[in-house]
Amino acid sequence: MPGPFVAKISLSHFRSHHRTELSFDGGPVAIYGPNGAGKTNLIEAVSLLSPGRGMRRAGADDLIRRPEAIGWKIRAEVAGHEVETWAEPGSSRQVRIDGKTTSQVALGRLMRVLWLVPSMDRLWIEGAEGRRRFLDRAVLSFDPRHAEAVLDYEKAMRERNRLLKDMVRDAHWYAAVEGQMARAGAAIHAGRQSTIEALMRAQADAETAFPAADLALSHPETDPQTTEDGLRAAFAEGRSRDLGAGRTLTGPHRADLEAVWKAKDVPARDCSTGEQKALLVSLILANARALAQAHPPVLLLDEVAAHLDDGRRAALYDEICALGGQAFMTGTGPELFTAFGERANYLEATDTAGVSQMTIRESQS
Amino acid sequence: MTDAPKAMTDLIDLMARLPGLGPRSARRAVLHLIKKRGQLMGPLAEAMAQVSATARECLNCGNIGTTDICEICQSEKRGNGMICVVEDVADLWAMERSAQFKGRYHVLGGTLSALDAIGPDELRIPKLLDRIASEQISEVILALSATIDGQTTAHYIADQLPGVTVTSLAQGVPVGGELDYLDDGTITAALKARRAL
Repeated sequence: MPGPFVAKISLSHFRSHHRTELSFDGGPVAIYGPNGAGKTNLIEAVSLLSPGRGMRRAGADDLIRRPEAIGWKIRAEVAGHEVETWAEPGSSRQVRIDGKTTSQVALGRLMRVLWLVPSMDRLWIEGAEGRRRFLDRAVLSFDPRHAEAVLDYEKAMRERNRLLKDMVRDAHWYAAVEGQMARAGAAIHAGRQSTIEALMRAQADAETAFPAADLALSHPETDPQTTEDGLRAAFAEGRSRDLGAGRTLTGPHRADLEAVWKAKDVPARDCSTGEQKALLVSLILANARALAQAHPPVLLLDEVAAHLDDGRRAALYDEICALGGQAFMTGTGPELFTAFGERANYLEATDTAGVSQMTIRESQS
Repeated sequence: MTDAPKAMTDLIDLMARLPGLGPRSARRAVLHLIKKRGQLMGPLAEAMAQVSATARECLNCGNIGTTDICEICQSEKRGNGMICVVEDVADLWAMERSAQFKGRYHVLGGTLSALDAIGPDELRIPKLLDRIASEQISEVILALSATIDGQTTAHYIADQLPGVTVTSLAQGVPVGGELDYLDDGTITAALKARRAL
């Protein structure tokens, strides 16, 4: 069953786009063109039809087209609703759905958007923060309330860290803040754990050319606490140590996502660059398959063909078609999408005097 | 175009600093006051001068009144052993409008926030603990915001009150509210706090 998709999108003064208007039929869209032609900017605009800062984590002002600097606007038809999101210079992003001003959270109810961007290629070898963010986005795709638990936890932890830095000794104050952290922290852990299980199930149930990964949450402690009562006790016990450090050293903000290439029993960080990319693609597809049981998500795959051999590329395209949802992919040349054949829509991106132009092509050739 | 005389622009600038008013609405309000000088502006100026001279915070509970100890704290009838803890005087007034609560209040003046350097001493919490002992309080009702800071403050206070019944206001479906308009969090809270009919 086809999921909610972007039927129309128009970009006004958004990054390299001056005015771009496009319509889509809900199938895969392959966008090709030289570097700097505005391919990624287009799919970044689609990522802003979901809550948050989009796939590049850019601030609202960074999206403004220069030199005009008059602010940007994206209009779209998503799942039959008119969506507008925009920002004036110096102010935050606004959202309107069907003419009514609303919060970004409401976007998450219209459709789910998953993305894979080149900056994630180093996910398995860089710090744990990126992997936590990757996992939390997956959790969010299953349960939008996860965002609230993360925000509550971070807010309470900032309070606790301030108490630690100021060397406050009021045990009641710590207990009150730690109670909030424990409640949100236990919800965060439960969400992450159930998402990992859902991703593992989705990998196990699928016939795929992509490698399955064994996933697990790891913690710096040998005996990590994950329940509300356990976390509350761990925060209380750790106060004197944390006072020395000036910050909180235990809790779900220290967790890490570990992945092991199942068939080879090799940790993801020790795999080759191409294998690491294949693992990432595998997890994104597993996430999409798990979601597709209700509604297929919209996939944004930036430069996804890089690091994948011809066989895997063809397998990826087959799986995208099988998912039945909308997918946007970018690549430098049309030959990268040959394996799609007639199954995809093609857009050619060009740059004319600093302005991106998008042209619909009948086929990739 | 000539600007309004300085005295009037000063008045407009002051009005524009009020909550809910901007420069445009301040201009409209000042023009209206000038037109209704006799009926409105004169009495308003007098009322403002009087409140400015007499308004003060109650030394006991933090309510705003015209005496050192407010009417509620002075009233024998309100000494029923219950204290309702609120963040702000506006919350106290809201509770009083409902005319359901017959006890006394304690206005904190905000919520605990380490990041904003607002600690227990800035919030009259020590004074609250004194009152619970001196006024023979048997129940403390915490009517604080359902935010992280509000709930941290509620737990902080509750943690220090062994031997006293501590309650908080229920969270859920507003009176006359429709379920369809409620957010997920409110529905979850309402479901958890459901009761037998």
